[in-house]
Amino acid sequence: MARRVAIVGTGQTYHKSHRPDVTSREMIKEAVSSALADAELTIRDIDAIVIGNMDHFESINYVDTYSVEGSGGVMKPIMKVTTGGTTGATVAIAAYYHVSSGFFDRVLAIGFEKNSESDTTGAIITCSDPVWDRFSYSGAIPSLATEATAYMEKYGATQEDAALIAERDRGHAMNNPYAHLRRPLTVADIMASPMLAYPIKLGDICPRSDGACAIVLAADGIAQKITGKPAWFKAAAVRHTYTWFGDSTDYNKGLVSMQRASKDAYAQAGITKPVDEIDVAELYLPYTWAGLKWIEDIGFCGPGEASKFVGDGHTHMGGKLPINPSGGVISTNCIGATALLRVAEAAIQVMGKGDTRQVPDVRNAIATGFGGCFWSDIVILSSERP
Amino acid sequence: MSTQNRQGELMQLTFAYPMPYEWSIGLYGSRFFQEIKEKRRFIGIKCNGCGMVYVPPRRVCGPCFKELSELVPLSDTGVITAFSVVNYPFIDPNTGLQRPIPYTYGYIRLDGADNIFSHIINETDLGRIHVGMKVRAVFKEPDRMQGNIQDIKYFDIIS
Repeated sequence: MARRVAIVGTGQTYHKSHRPDVTSREMIKEAVSSALADAELTIRDIDAIVIGNMDHFESINYVDTYSVEGSGGVMKPIMKVTTGGTTGATVAIAAYYHVSSGFFDRVLAIGFEKNSESDTTGAIITCSDPVWDRFSYSGAIPSLATEATAYMEKYGATQEDAALIAERDRGHAMNNPYAHLRRPLTVADIMASPMLAYPIKLGDICPRSDGACAIVLAADGIAQKITGKPAWFKAAAVRHTYTWFGDSTDYNKGLVSMQRASKDAYAQAGITKPVDEIDVAELYLPYTWAGLKWIEDIGFCGPGEASKFVGDGHTHMGGKLPINPSGGVISTNCIGATALLRVAEAAIQVMGKGDTRQVPDVRNAIATGFGGCFWSDIVILSSERP
Repeated sequence: MSTQNRQGELMQLTFAYPMPYEWSIGLYGSRFFQEIKEKRRFIGIKCNGCGMVYVPPRRVCGPCFKELSELVPLSDTGVITAFSVVNYPFIDPNTGLQRPIPYTYGYIRLDGADNIFSHIINETDLGRIHVGMKVRAVFKEPDRMQGNIQDIKYFDIIS
């Protein structure tokens, strides 16, 4: 029987478009120090570390050793895990497995990125297959745009329906002192913003951020001694599809990896009615249409129903199931940290440490990661020890 | 080369040099490009487990985890399943230069195939391109082909 595991501390840097004052390893140190302070632990208490980023972004390989003094990993067991956009969630899940297995009692998970150090689109293109996809692949924005065109074609959703997602998330970011973009945007602002790749406009897409995030995980019996309110892992699921874009993009089926991962996660957590049983969601929504289509794939509403579900206010603060109290990816996107920020923010909600972005009485929180060729990670955290 | 920011205190190191690689295309991938050069058409490969026809042809069916060997000829036409007109500048890692914009990135279901093929569609006017339109591949002249994905110049909308 695997051991129960909880998150007992979180830390993140303030996020900016450019941090020329720090190297990546120095930026990592800021997040790690903040997570350790939150858990009231020191680096001596940490038994093992899992770290990840988009390694080709900074062109630094083996970031586990590159960053070792910043992560606190000198002469400790440390492993690099990198899975594209999902990296942050995969790092959290790998750390969960580390503790759950019984090998380690207190583990640090770290994600980071200095998007400012390369051309993000150029760097993302190097993720795609060099023989088949790299010539035409155009980075994250156009491949997401193809999904958006197919979704609008199928369900008649409008660009205004999508823009409401960014209006919501950018509004929520006003409550998060760590968010990168803290200026509200309206649907009208988004509709008037420059067209990047039809139908995605500047206001529909996430920024490029520099930043890092770290969380501390602890085993059952130890977690309760560290904090009175640990965020317990109830579920963790990883589903990857293909490397080739043409194989992962059957829009008639939807985001299959999200459907499969959420089904698995709900089964692990014993959740049958997600909207009723989940109190808050921190979803990796890198562009606005994801806030429509993917909440259908995760089972918050039926196919084609998202525009109404969001339009009715169910996912705003105060709604039935608030999404992204932190402001989400639309407001902050340091890619290797982005999915870990989702897990950390879900933990913050469960632990009741959200301050002005806190959703009242959170029992269950869900976090997602999205990456690469349309693949998904899911974590469900709870105030209840499972 | 190092640059300094406005304050002149914080420096950055710039790297901007070529870094060559040589990627294997594999047996069936090589056949795909040879077929384009010799017959100006596509080939796919069929899984005798699930019946999926994949293009480009590859050695393994992912979901079935089975070896594939049944190459099947496909035409040079297909249907647009999704597209995006790209209108923002970025550095193309294929060339090290800014990729010329605008252009249209498209997903195409080639006739006879079950998965989707990504390439460039020769239309950037949003009023003249829709999901569901029929397209045909336009190839380079055979003596100019190099055995890569750019032996297909782009796809033209035909109806």
